[in-house]
Amino acid sequence: MEKEKVLRVSGLNVFYKNRKRKLFSKKNKKIQALFDVSFDMEEGEVLAIAGESGCGKSTLARAIVGINKDYQGEIWQKYGRPQMVFQDPYNSLNPAKKIGWLLEEPLKVDKERHWTKEERRKRAEEIMQEVELPVSMLDRYPSQLSGGQRQRVCIGIALMREPKLLIADEPVSALDVTIQAQIMELLTNLHKKHGISIIFISHDLRVVYQISDHVMIMKNGQVVEYGATREVYRNPKASYTKQLLTAAGITK
Amino acid sequence: MEIILDVTDLHIEFHDSDTPETAVEDFDLMLGAGEIVGIVGESGSGKSMSALAIAGLLNRHAIKKTGRIMFEGHDLLTCDRKTLRSFQGDEISIIFQEPMTSLNPVKRIGWQVEESLRIHHPEIKKNERKKMAIDMLLDVGLENANEVYYMYPHELSGGMRQRVMIAAAMIGNPQILIADEPTTALDVTVQAQIVELLKKLNREKGTSIIFISHDLSLVSQLCQRVIVMQKGNIVESGDTKTVFSRPRHSYTKKLIAAIPKIDLDN
Amino acid sequence: MKNNRFKKLLKNPYVLIGGIIMGVILLMIIVGCFWMPYEPTKMSASEKLQGISLRHIMGTDNMGRDVFSRVMYGSRVTLMIAIGTIIIGAGVGTIIGSITGYFGGMIDEVTMRVIDALFAFPSILLALVIVSVFGVGWPQLVISLGIAFVPSFARIVRGEVLRCKNMDYIENARLQGVSDFRMIFLHILPNIKGVLASSILIGFNNAVLAEAGLSYLGVGSQPPYASLGRMLSDAQQYMFTRPSYVLCPGIVIVLMVLGFAFLGEGIKRWK
Repeated sequence: MEKEKVLRVSGLNVFYKNRKRKLFSKKNKKIQALFDVSFDMEEGEVLAIAGESGCGKSTLARAIVGINKDYQGEIWQKYGRPQMVFQDPYNSLNPAKKIGWLLEEPLKVDKERHWTKEERRKRAEEIMQEVELPVSMLDRYPSQLSGGQRQRVCIGIALMREPKLLIADEPVSALDVTIQAQIMELLTNLHKKHGISIIFISHDLRVVYQISDHVMIMKNGQVVEYGATREVYRNPKASYTKQLLTAAGITK
Repeated sequence: MEIILDVTDLHIEFHDSDTPETAVEDFDLMLGAGEIVGIVGESGSGKSMSALAIAGLLNRHAIKKTGRIMFEGHDLLTCDRKTLRSFQGDEISIIFQEPMTSLNPVKRIGWQVEESLRIHHPEIKKNERKKMAIDMLLDVGLENANEVYYMYPHELSGGMRQRVMIAAAMIGNPQILIADEPTTALDVTVQAQIVELLKKLNREKGTSIIFISHDLSLVSQLCQRVIVMQKGNIVESGDTKTVFSRPRHSYTKKLIAAIPKIDLDN
Repeated sequence: MKNNRFKKLLKNPYVLIGGIIMGVILLMIIVGCFWMPYEPTKMSASEKLQGISLRHIMGTDNMGRDVFSRVMYGSRVTLMIAIGTIIIGAGVGTIIGSITGYFGGMIDEVTMRVIDALFAFPSILLALVIVSVFGVGWPQLVISLGIAFVPSFARIVRGEVLRCKNMDYIENARLQGVSDFRMIFLHILPNIKGVLASSILIGFNNAVLAEAGLSYLGVGSQPPYASLGRMLSDAQQYMFTRPSYVLCPGIVIVLMVLGFAFLGEGIKRWK
């Protein structure tokens, strides 16, 4: 039986406003960042999007979560409100707020239901356990946490309202190798336990291999190759994929 | 092999807060001519601190340093500023992690690459200097060196900027190049290229390299010898192949385990 | 943890010096609310322009009023006007700055050009114009100085909001479905409170000086009630015959400004 789809992207073109506008040029030129990207995603799978910086993988993520609304094409989602984990855990937590406040914020602004103070606190404590952090950390500020701990908090914030789709934009690139391994393990566990569909964005094909069911290789805003991860790694078709694999030290 | 740098019992302590904090303890390093040594460890393990001390860049008052760093008959920890400055950027160069911020955004690439020549070798004529800079840019693999010479940092990609940084560090033909996480901020493909470039420069110019990274797999590709640091202490050191195949310390084992394994046959 | 931070703040020499100076001035003002050696408006024909003595520790003025009592009263007036000015200036400025900075676009362009235009006038001149339209008196003075202070606060806050707006944590919050106003007031403003606090203290300085300047020019508080600036203006003709009359209110102004400046600097260096 074929699994249900959670996300279908078809013919997606994304544009950016050209910031470097000349003083007297009237046309507001736009730069195209994505060219006709189409793919779909099954319920509960991990899809990796890989490519070098500037290939449009983050642009794609931003279009899916709705930060960038300036696109043509269709993005269909089975569930609303996908969540996102950003690359740099040093920038993605509000330094003026305590961890507990940050975790509870998604519940405070939840339009679907009202959460009482106790419920919010309880949920925050639950999530802290999920991301394997001590509950006492709820009263700390982000600056008192290490990079790996911060990234766990970011994942926790994203999970607060039990999203069905999580987008992780280079979640481990800014971390030490040992911490990377721990965060990857956490993501894998959460995926197994809750069956969340994850879009995992990375430039590191070694990391991608550990977690993904399907992989999509992108270059210059276009999809170069798509397929089951093992298949793509074994028989890369596009020369660019081969190049990436060699750079990551993966050769048969 | 001739020893060009000999660090013994290096001890670095911060006195910023009420209780002194030890950043590095009993750090020893002997660097041979033309050798590449890797220092591995997590952030906060003291690897960058040791490197900065060797480069003579830890001169704040709140830092206490003891031990010896012998280079060309001088102890870099105790010698006067003038001697230290004559080595800095000329005999000992350093490149940093962040190629986006370590270049001055308002100066042309050529100017920045030439800077250490202007300081240490003012006798070199302007034309000569330019020629040397362009040759150096070619050496680090920037093929359109003539154009890059006149560009600004924002016109280059991260990988190209790191190449420029290397060119600027290498133009005085230093004996020692300290590379502090030079590839961490870069894509994997570019990382591999930068590692190749460092290998090539080491081979062709005989520069000794101290390569600092948190990524053991990169170190194993590049270095003959490796030093593993944790919490300011050296926990293991030795020949890279040996350390890799027979790690003794549990932390080294952890680092090796953290390298993503790709098993295509299973 | 919080306690620790607070202790660190108190250890800061800037905060310490500023705190001591402001403490002395505040003490003087508070005592002045309940008790003053003499009625500040009481004249005495026999004791005109006396020097410093035990009877009048800051001497008397040209109408025989006790300068120390008048300084006590005048500091209170000056401080109240400064506080009022800052509440209006910082309050309105923060709201304008954060909204224009956050939303950007046309609102931002138009508001910022208006603020540029206001900036072109020195704030005292602007206050003079407003006072001449609305008449003389301390409420008018507070409002006019307040309006004159709006542009600089709006500028500072807008700049900070622009800096914060593009941080990942703001985008993260937007993904959670945080509304715009919640975003501005709960997510962005707490991040700029440090900058805001130090500019409020610097603003206090400027407000004290501006009040003194305006009163000196005769559009501030009206006789017989004194503000420090008014006293300075009255005293200037006796500068050489009785220097203590000029110096006493002058020194208090200087101390007040220094106190605020030290506190501001201390808070700026706190983090």
